[in-house]
Amino acid sequence: MSILVNKDSRIIVQGFTGREGSFHASQMIDYGTNVVGGVTPGKGGQTHLKKPVFNTVEEAVINEGANVSIIFVPAIFAADAILESANAGVELIICISEGIPIKDMTKVKHYLNTTNSRLIGPNCPGVITPNEAKVGIMPAQIHKKGRIGIISRSGTLTYAAVNQISNQGMGQSTSVGIGGDPIIGSDFIDILKLFEKDEETEAVVMIGEIGGSMEEKAAAYIKKYYNKPVVAFISGQTAPPGRRMGHAGAIITGGKGYAKEKMRVLRDNGIHVVENPAEIGSTLKEILKKKF
Amino acid sequence: MKIHEYQAKELFKDFAIPVPEGMVAYTKEDTVEIAEKIGYPCVIKAQVHAGGRGKAGGVKLARNRDEALGFAEEIIGMHIKNLQTGAQGKKVRKVLVEKGVNIVNELYLAIIMDREKAMPVVIASSEGGMEIEKVAEEHPDHIFKEYIHPITGLSNFHSIILSFKLGLNKTEQRLFSELVSNLYKLFMEKDASIVEINPLVITDTEELIALDAKVNFDDNALVKHSDIMELRDTDEEDPFEVEASKYKLNYIKLDGNIGCMVNGAGLAMATMDILKYYKGDPANFLDVGGGTSEERIKEAFKILIADKNVKVVFINIFGGIVRTDIVAIGVVNAAKSMNINIPVVILLRGTNEKQGRKIIEESGLNFIAETDFKKAALKSVELSRGDKDVNSCK
Repeated sequence: MSILVNKDSRIIVQGFTGREGSFHASQMIDYGTNVVGGVTPGKGGQTHLKKPVFNTVEEAVINEGANVSIIFVPAIFAADAILESANAGVELIICISEGIPIKDMTKVKHYLNTTNSRLIGPNCPGVITPNEAKVGIMPAQIHKKGRIGIISRSGTLTYAAVNQISNQGMGQSTSVGIGGDPIIGSDFIDILKLFEKDEETEAVVMIGEIGGSMEEKAAAYIKKYYNKPVVAFISGQTAPPGRRMGHAGAIITGGKGYAKEKMRVLRDNGIHVVENPAEIGSTLKEILKKKF
Repeated sequence: MKIHEYQAKELFKDFAIPVPEGMVAYTKEDTVEIAEKIGYPCVIKAQVHAGGRGKAGGVKLARNRDEALGFAEEIIGMHIKNLQTGAQGKKVRKVLVEKGVNIVNELYLAIIMDREKAMPVVIASSEGGMEIEKVAEEHPDHIFKEYIHPITGLSNFHSIILSFKLGLNKTEQRLFSELVSNLYKLFMEKDASIVEINPLVITDTEELIALDAKVNFDDNALVKHSDIMELRDTDEEDPFEVEASKYKLNYIKLDGNIGCMVNGAGLAMATMDILKYYKGDPANFLDVGGGTSEERIKEAFKILIADKNVKVVFINIFGGIVRTDIVAIGVVNAAKSMNINIPVVILLRGTNEKQGRKIIEESGLNFIAETDFKKAALKSVELSRGDKDVNSCK
């Protein structure tokens, strides 16, 4: 098992024929991901990367039974792309696009609550279940099939963590990039719940960062309900307050969102917090050794 | 993006939100001229992107021409310091000269985007004129919040609830509802992230006036608002940061001596964290972003090198969207055209990492190529110390 995506997922790419969409879709296909087509309005009926192109998501759902969508459209069109997929009944929507205005996301977030669609992202690297499906922009070769679940607000930092885990001889069940924006579709708790139910996942690595209080909420949830070991790293321990550290969501405001506070709350709730980002893999290995 | 109080007040006027009569002045002569025109008493307020202006002596009440001149001389050119401005502080380049009003009561009113609930929230308090964080601490029961569902928007009942909680009379209620509605309109139409009026005053003539005004905007939405983009004041920003923003580089200057070039915000923060962990001092946060071009890498390099504090550069690239071979070409070309005489530690991993490393190795540049995060960080810290001595001898 795994979570969110597997070899049976029927994936479409929104923004399929664009530069980013084409580049990453071809990498996904090379990995063996079950990409069933793509959507570019006005290019319906064409073939791209040997897959059918549709004008709308709805057409792709009807013709190909698509149940997962990955979005590569420019930020100003991305909220619309998410809404279109949700409206067409796509179960899982993964939005890679960065820079969606927060006002647009408030509407998307509340609309999604009225549907059965789950959103991952935006501003995220996507989701990968090694050897089954890569629905994202992560470098495939660093991933290995295994039993560690990963949830992260970051992109490249996740790759660094995955690399450490793979180098320690462990693999990943699924790695989920939840995104670096202030408003995202799924948070730590949403994904923790899925990993809890997944028999293949033995432990979870959580990579958080400054801003918001998603990590604190996850900490309380873990203490109350969680049975699997969790290792956490929080980036931005040295970030100055009031500055947006690249990610729109990574900002300390009104005295809230400090890394130190998040780390303290996580520790107080029994989570293994790693201070040195180069020691995520080794710490995880130590903990799993003790457990068995 | 931040704007000045006088710019926020111009925007308020466009949305029919009452503000005191006033004008911005860049010199003491202009200050006096405006003061004479609007009459005394008038308020002279430093216009600078920093909080705590009042405490720093940047806001003064002038009762006559001599006082206006004296305060203008005092305020224009002064430096205002707080946690965010750093030790240097921010230089005041202009003042807002405003007509004084007779205050009967001071309120607080703001609209911010609540990220947890994914909705705007209107915050009002009967304790205007104080720092709202302080009110939250001392009198949390004096702060009232109404969350606005983004699909239905603001409704009249929101303002009515707040005005009753604030204890407003009937005339004040009507003015308050109108003002909240206009403020919400501004917040939504202009994609603001914060609009704050502190204090919102009730005058002796039963008017509701925004005595102060703070508006910040969602950077992601600026592409939609060229009028707002024109309000940007680069004088208020770090010159390196202004340069970086031209090339869409996410750069934040810090006080250390290890220049960092990283792709991805999370990894860039973690790179700063690991340097600090090993007792090093990052000189900056720099995320070169996804889809990075050779030109942007070059510009990133130029900015790092231009910072005279930088003793060593640590490049940490993990390729996902950005291919490491592209980064390597950018780094090599930039380095060759720039005659870099400080050490560079480079860590390349991810998409096309072998090609990337090969490009670095065959470049003939004296770069220290590492394959391990820990070792690369340790090396950078070590070099940042070694070079300190060398440079101090120069």
